[in-house]
Amino acid sequence: MPILRRAVLLGFASGAVLLAALPAAAQEFITVASTTSTENSGLFAHILPVFEDKTGIEVRIVAQGTGQALETGRRGDADVVFVHARAQEEQFVTEGYGVQRFDVMYNDFVLVGPSDDPAAVREAAAAADALAAIAEAEAPFASRGDDSGTHVAEMALWAAAGVEAEGEWYLSTGSGMGATLNTAAQVPAYALTDRGTWLSFENRGPLEIVFEGDEVLFNPYGVILVSPERHQHVKAEAGQAFIDWLLSEAGQEAIASFTINGEQLFFPNAG
Amino acid sequence: MDGAFTAAFGLIASGDAALMQIIGLSLRVTLTAVAIASLIGLPLGAGLALARFPGRGAVIVLFNALMGLPPVVAGLLVYLMLSRSGPLGGLALLFTPTAMIVAQTILILPIVVSLTRSVVEDLWAEYRDQLRSLGASRLRAVPTLLWDGRVSLLTGILAGFGRASAEVGAVLIVGGNIAGHTRTMTTAITLETARGSLSLAVALGIILMGLTLALNAVAWGAGQWARGRLG
Repeated sequence: MPILRRAVLLGFASGAVLLAALPAAAQEFITVASTTSTENSGLFAHILPVFEDKTGIEVRIVAQGTGQALETGRRGDADVVFVHARAQEEQFVTEGYGVQRFDVMYNDFVLVGPSDDPAAVREAAAAADALAAIAEAEAPFASRGDDSGTHVAEMALWAAAGVEAEGEWYLSTGSGMGATLNTAAQVPAYALTDRGTWLSFENRGPLEIVFEGDEVLFNPYGVILVSPERHQHVKAEAGQAFIDWLLSEAGQEAIASFTINGEQLFFPNAG
Repeated sequence: MDGAFTAAFGLIASGDAALMQIIGLSLRVTLTAVAIASLIGLPLGAGLALARFPGRGAVIVLFNALMGLPPVVAGLLVYLMLSRSGPLGGLALLFTPTAMIVAQTILILPIVVSLTRSVVEDLWAEYRDQLRSLGASRLRAVPTLLWDGRVSLLTGILAGFGRASAEVGAVLIVGGNIAGHTRTMTTAITLETARGSLSLAVALGIILMGLTLALNAVAWGAGQWARGRLG
């Protein structure tokens, strides 16, 4: 009896192992390293079905910060990168990891903060003035601190404001946009966020937009095919098909038609 | 919290296809990792309990310490191995359920090995003379001892299941949380938290705990049944 039961257990175990080894569906797919702002806002869920219906190519999105997404591309673990930090993207191409960078769309950054606005940011004339006011008042500010596109943009704004962002009031969360907004809502603190994540973010607490509209808050997204010369396994054809579609009229329309509560999140600007 | 409970029941009742897929993948990955870790860990742990060799103490301490291996570190190691730029990049396993199984197996194995060693050591101390009088060598005694300790061993395996089903650090790194492909309960909870959908995140947490509870109830019932039947 015990031996029989042991055999049955062993059978279950090996069955489970076999189950794991079964290959996934043989559909063609590409892996795209992108940012939390695009995935978390729901943009991909809106546009990808259109592309997949048309081409039969499945797009697998790995949502990371821009820095991590570019690193994923450098290591050859993605076929396409779709991110927002132009200087880093151009460096990625110059170093030979990417083929070419294309403009796809833009959205903008907004400064959110507690509704009572302790640093009087609403009165600022420019984004740099707004940050200078926060530093002056030493009002809490929650930063991504994770080398993401948003963090890179924030660092550029501090530099433009001419202040050192450090001190008890400056909270570097080292995490994604959503986690940073969750922190900011609790402290409460000011934070720089892309409009897309903000519009789809539900746990706002006392936060609201306190500054927006400055041109320097423009947040352009670029798409780049990972170089098949650098990484031979890159699915160049399918990856290029995805890029071509994003830049085509159909792709640009799909991006423009994505709204949350009637508000458009991303503005196509290809070619 | 009320909203979360309502949302949890709503989700289950709706039989949402995406949710079912996420639950199925979570169970498949974790149960497979548990099965592999048990197939390797039970004999290894028993061997470690009975064998005598130089450096045995160090190996035991190492496995005990590895029970505390942070999931994110295990994930990072597997990531570096399986990345296209890593030594096993040619297998194209990164961002697949298989990679997640590998990472979770690494997390569970030390628990199974260490607890098996502890259980078998105690049993061997108790029954050594009896088994020897029956002419069983240490090696021959392994299956008998494992079978004798099955109820305690099951607890160890359940602890392994708990560690794997609850972790997010490893599966997030090696799986990539790809919708419909490598998104599990825990990575979905992380994503919903990032989106600020806290009640949906808690609802998923409630469902995950419900599943864990059900599995443990089944295991406990099986243990009781085995005890009752076999004394």
